[in-house]
Amino acid sequence: MNEITAILGIGYRDVLKLFRDKPRIFASLIFPIVFIGALGGSLQANWGSQTGYNLLAFVFTGVFGQTLFQSTASGIISLVEDRANDFSQEMFVAPVSRYSIIFGKIFGETLVSFSQAIAILVFGVIIGVDISVYQILLWIPTAFFICFLGGSFGLVVLANLNTERTANQIFPFLIFPQFFLAGVFSPIKELPWYLFILSRLSPMTYAVDFARGIFYAGKPEYTKIVLHSPLFNLCIMGIFFTVFMIVGTYLFVKNERNK
Amino acid sequence: MKKIINVENLIKRYKKAENNAVDDISFYVEEGALFSLLGPNGAGKTTTLSILTTTLAKTSGKVTIVGFDLDKNAHDIRRNIGVIFQNPSLDLNLTAEENVRIHVILYGIYPFRPTFQLMPEKYKRKVQELSSILGIEKEIFKPIKTFSGGMKRKLEIVRSLTHEPKVLFLDEPTTGLDPLSRKNLWEYLMDVKKKQKTTIFLTTHYLDEAEEADYICIVNRGKIISRGTPREIKQNLIDEYIMIDAKDREKLTKELSRREIVFSLKGPFKIDLKNRTVHEVVREIETPLTRVSTHTPSLEEAYLEIISQSDSSS
Repeated sequence: MNEITAILGIGYRDVLKLFRDKPRIFASLIFPIVFIGALGGSLQANWGSQTGYNLLAFVFTGVFGQTLFQSTASGIISLVEDRANDFSQEMFVAPVSRYSIIFGKIFGETLVSFSQAIAILVFGVIIGVDISVYQILLWIPTAFFICFLGGSFGLVVLANLNTERTANQIFPFLIFPQFFLAGVFSPIKELPWYLFILSRLSPMTYAVDFARGIFYAGKPEYTKIVLHSPLFNLCIMGIFFTVFMIVGTYLFVKNERNK
Repeated sequence: MKKIINVENLIKRYKKAENNAVDDISFYVEEGALFSLLGPNGAGKTTTLSILTTTLAKTSGKVTIVGFDLDKNAHDIRRNIGVIFQNPSLDLNLTAEENVRIHVILYGIYPFRPTFQLMPEKYKRKVQELSSILGIEKEIFKPIKTFSGGMKRKLEIVRSLTHEPKVLFLDEPTTGLDPLSRKNLWEYLMDVKKKQKTTIFLTTHYLDEAEEADYICIVNRGKIISRGTPREIKQNLIDEYIMIDAKDREKLTKELSRREIVFSLKGPFKIDLKNRTVHEVVREIETPLTRVSTHTPSLEEAYLEIISQSDSSS
């Protein structure tokens, strides 16, 4: 019971922190909105008619999946800087298991990412993305799965990084290439063999494709855009999540004390 | 007195390090005592404290805290200790009350509730009590960004006492505080020790703070190089002496020699007390004295002597 209470407390703190940190809210919203509005809008205006589907909606769905994945992952990585500086020290000496600290952090960062997801949805509706209430409702559990995958990915990265400086240097290299490999902005149905392999190794690919699979289900563009069925994506995400959590938690707990 | 902390042959060598950061140290702390680990920067104080507070794995050795073995019962140890870190561990984005609330939730003292209003009445009363101790009744629901350094430190201590720890670990708690904040915080800590009978484990490089301790271990380069009460440490190293002088120095010199009182210098004369009182020494002397001054060694003198001896022998 104490562990569940601790998970809720740790998660709640992340949400409170977000709402108190206005520059962070602004920064976390501006990139997705710029990507969707500027990039999606210009792609649609220039090439939309040639691709046979709406590129604004394509970028919108891609950014939705990417933002949730990246936001949760980077939130977990913030533990690197947190553990030496602020309240996280307090968490590590509390009578709570390391697993609960990690679950609490993933839970909290998932809630934080959700606030971004809501803003992205609202923005999408404003700029004219065709999305129904039914699709929005389906995207709620979808978002949870994507966040959990992002959180577990962040954990594996975190477990292997000791300092904030290393985390800041390495994380962009691990996340930004995935934008392109996962097809957030551009189609990846056809790729050279080497990019194909890298693309299918990227966890974000399945997160983005899962979000698109749910969005485009029943629509004529489905076969042109979606790579795998949502069930397939969910299975792959589940495997990634399980492996990342086991390996990441083991390494994190081990490295945390064995310095 | 019961041993509440027992450390035997503790060794810590960091990965890729050539030397031990903590090098085979043994000591114990009695229940209710103020124990101070004193030493220069890099001596191994924080490493020792990190091991005792379960956040860092030791290389070897045996540690028991509140009767629990560090290797087998780290969880039980965490439940029984409070820790004040060198760097403040408050969340500056949260209010003082939220910082306290998340602490009590983590320690399982109260169930999770998203707002203060929904928390149990007992918790609300406790928070009011804490805010009055800190004198922040009005600020308790405001973000702590505006609090002074001393106030934040006090809040951390108050927060760490909410789960009634048997041992409070303080890692250089007054570093960075102005003299007045340091004094206030120290008085508050002494009050906590007196009223709550909490055992305090303090690491510091401020000698005036260590002077208040019941027992001191001085560490340098990972080893304990001196230990005892502040009085013992001072007496073992620096002798107490008096300086005397007389108008007729020749007469005084002859008298001191006749009475076999060992002295040095040609005037004023330095006489080591060697377990005698000032009164005992002065009473023997008949030559009228123009000056009698006593010199009581400070812990600082002893500390500097011990550290310089340690450095020159290594």
